[in-house]
Amino acid sequence: MIQIIDLHKSFGENRVLQGVNLTIEKGETLVIIGRSGSGKSVLIKHLIGLIRPDRGEIYVDGVETTCLKEDKLGQIRRKFAILFQGAALFDSLTVLQNVSFGLEKYTDFSQEKIEELAREALQRVGLREVESLMPHELSGGMKKRVGLARAIAYRPEIILYDEPSTGIDPIRADAINDLIIQMKKELRVTSVVITHDMVSTYKVADRVAMLYKGKIIKVGAPDEIKNSENPVIQQFITGAAVGPIKEW
Amino acid sequence: MRGSLIWNSKPLKPKMVPQKKQNIFFFFLQQMGEVGLLLGQTLKGLFTKPWEKRNFIHQLEEVGVKSLPVVSLTAAFGGLVFGLQTYIGFHRYIGPGSEAYGGPIISLGLAKELIPILVGLMVSGRVGSAMAAEIGTMRITEQIDALISLGANPVRYLVVPRMLASIIMLPCLTLYGDIIGMLGGYFYNIFLMGVNRYIYLRNTLLYMEFWDVLSGLIKAGFFGGIIAIVGCWQGLKTEAGAAGVGRATTRAVVISSILILIFNFFLSKALPADLGR
Repeated sequence: MIQIIDLHKSFGENRVLQGVNLTIEKGETLVIIGRSGSGKSVLIKHLIGLIRPDRGEIYVDGVETTCLKEDKLGQIRRKFAILFQGAALFDSLTVLQNVSFGLEKYTDFSQEKIEELAREALQRVGLREVESLMPHELSGGMKKRVGLARAIAYRPEIILYDEPSTGIDPIRADAINDLIIQMKKELRVTSVVITHDMVSTYKVADRVAMLYKGKIIKVGAPDEIKNSENPVIQQFITGAAVGPIKEW
Repeated sequence: MRGSLIWNSKPLKPKMVPQKKQNIFFFFLQQMGEVGLLLGQTLKGLFTKPWEKRNFIHQLEEVGVKSLPVVSLTAAFGGLVFGLQTYIGFHRYIGPGSEAYGGPIISLGLAKELIPILVGLMVSGRVGSAMAAEIGTMRITEQIDALISLGANPVRYLVVPRMLASIIMLPCLTLYGDIIGMLGGYFYNIFLMGVNRYIYLRNTLLYMEFWDVLSGLIKAGFFGGIIAIVGCWQGLKTEAGAAGVGRATTRAVVISSILILIFNFFLSKALPADLGR
């Protein structure tokens, strides 16, 4: 279980997070929605310790992580995997080396075992015969799938998805949504998805949280969000240009 | 992210976040602090496992082998022009026939000053810029974040192999450049100007010391360290997309070139002229 308590983060004058409170239950898929630039990516990067907060606490399975030193934080990071928005594959490594990377760092397995597990992860996301390709030879959708294979290869307990459907066509986006659901079922992972794509949200979410002006303004089941009377939430989920959200 | 030192993920205290009206002295200290911090982590990483052998070997090739063509050309023409000016100097001020005594001066000047600096500046332009651009691109495409999330330490994975490869390969390139440069000076004086080969070689071997070459190699090792640390530092602090990568690349070359010239003077001053014959 992850507990976020009164999380604050500013970059210069820009106050991105202004007291976020959120609980993520084990095994659930929580989708965090919000406008572009609302701080969703900043929020999930706090979970894995890529950014440290100005104030507030984050508990991962009861361990407070914001004040941990790097070596201790490494043990917490082992529980997590993150699928980055642009996949963030390492340009200088092949697909197989990319997928093997986490296994090499987090396990003591032999090279043969690592490659076997990496190939298994690639098969799980439906990729074959791409292992010797370089990332620049892949399409956007394939990159995301390789990124997901890299994320699941070392069997994390929590997968963070940063805008998984952004930048790819609707069909590939839906395939990614299916993979998120498949990972949850097969690997029993906790998933945190950040997106502004409501189609994806309704398909994958157990619960939805909306981030607005640096705070979580609503958490609930997809239907609760859909039927919310909060005009900010309604404007966001319907994608209306006119409403209480005025700034572009 | 603005104001954060991503290579150790530690937050800057609010008062350390660059402000619009900060003074230049404070800014300078902050930059020095960043470099010092990175250098400390890199030196620590040099002596801590796991070593990134694959990256290290790749960097040996990038810094060393791939710099051979540019170093060959630079050293050859550096040697030729230094041979030319030394010939003119002897011919004009001491007189015709004295040019053959220029051999040790050419070799000494090349080995102690010209070749280490030329190699340093050329490698800074070729490799330092590439380090800043590659790491900067990794930074803005979240590959550095991916490294951290997958259990790798960016300093150990990216900076340490580059630092070690540069410290090893710069002296190797300089030694190679010394040979090419001296051959250039020899070629100009002996084959183009008809200087007495026997006297030229005898004087060169008589007055040239092993220390002259070694002191140039020691300086080259320092220049390698400067190129790597500045290139990686600029790459790791890259912000704001492609334009940011461009700025980081330019800054890496400018800063490391200036530092090479400054350090060259102080190292020349600090290293003894000879080891006491």
